[in-house]
Amino acid sequence: MRESTLWFWHIIAGAVILVFLGLHMAIMHLDDILALLGTGYANTVSAATVFARSQQTFFMVTYIVLLGAALYHGLYGCRTILFELNIGKGLQKLINWVFTLAGVGLFVYGTYVAIYLYKMKEVLP
Amino acid sequence: MSESHANAPQKVIFEVLRYIPGVDAKPRMQSYEVPAPKGLTVLDGLLWIKENLDPTLSWRSSCRMGVCGSCAMFINGLPRLACANQVAHLHSDKIIIKPLPNYAIIRDLVPDLEPFFAKHAAIKPFLIRKNIEELDNPTGEFFQSKEELVNYIQFAYCIKCGACLSACPTVATDDAYLGPQALAQAWRYIADARDEGAAEREEEIFSAHGAFRCHFAGACSEVCPKGVDPAFAIQLMKQFMFKKKLGGCKEQHGSELAPPVENWVPKKEYPKAPEHSL
Ligand code: SF4
Ligand code: FES
Repeated sequence: MRESTLWFWHIIAGAVILVFLGLHMAIMHLDDILALLGTGYANTVSAATVFARSQQTFFMVTYIVLLGAALYHGLYGCRTILFELNIGKGLQKLINWVFTLAGVGLFVYGTYVAIYLYKMKEVLP
Repeated sequence: MSESHANAPQKVIFEVLRYIPGVDAKPRMQSYEVPAPKGLTVLDGLLWIKENLDPTLSWRSSCRMGVCGSCAMFINGLPRLACANQVAHLHSDKIIIKPLPNYAIIRDLVPDLEPFFAKHAAIKPFLIRKNIEELDNPTGEFFQSKEELVNYIQFAYCIKCGACLSACPTVATDDAYLGPQALAQAWRYIADARDEGAAEREEEIFSAHGAFRCHFAGACSEVCPKGVDPAFAIQLMKQFMFKKKLGGCKEQHGSELAPPVENWVPKKEYPKAPEHSL
């Protein structure tokens, strides 16, 4: 893929992270304020609340989108740092492959977990 | 104190990096005591050393007025033009001079600028037009408004001194990175309303060692002796590419030929150009 396309998605992923990480931060760390506003969850990190969130379609989708964006953005950033170390073409190719496989693998695994938790609704009381 | 002694110029120490391939195993520093009368530039000091103390000292310089770009050196910790910096303005009685960092050393203060000019050539630093015939056999001038000139003029002030690359942290680690000078010059032409070569330059400037590798440290703009802002040019270039990906940038059609000037009467105060004598 052309570098300009890779970079374009790097920027888009950055913007996505900004929005979704902001949402994550608000839910996890501004729980007192959100409670004052009559919204949000009490005790955000308890297992019951985490399960409750995971079983909502909105959160399941945001987890997957954030995972994809964070993986792409982070791995592209690491690839950039490595490419700047004056490495040869062969090593560059290897890095491209390793990072692509690692990225896709982690994304598939993370997506599977998110969907698995979402579906657990049916088995939980 | 006698009058002549009171007016005697102060002395400064020039500590200069010396390296003569085949003679020196590795670069070393050598000190020279130089009289520093008011107005002495670093280049004047080097010339004084060469004439009075050590004719083997080497560097590049030509115009002595900040125009040719050949005398850029690493002076007291920053890349600067030797001819455009007075010793008094450095506020130190020790002037430490080394060749520009991020380049191989040919000899003493002479850096190897070959890779620098190769990168400059790679971005095709000239107007590219689809109609080559008009370029080869021009019949007029391409139109350009004052506003269009403002779009690129500051980037056209580059004198190819190489100081920006020597300050760039990305160039320091990535030899293949095009660097601020070449990228700024690419933008100088892409932003020119007469140019049609953006697509032709894209492969080079948006490669894995092109504009996207700029971390926006801004050191290039900080040290540029001509006030060019290469870091800004690179950000404009990234913005251009981003908009293009979103479908917001149409291919530029270079400006048309300007109509010939009619009924032009030269101003009286301008003397007539001399006739050709050959
Ligand atoms: S941009 Fe400035 S520092 Fe860089 S080569 Fe041109 S004049 Fe020198
Ligand atoms: S000698 Fe020409 S710029 Fe310094």
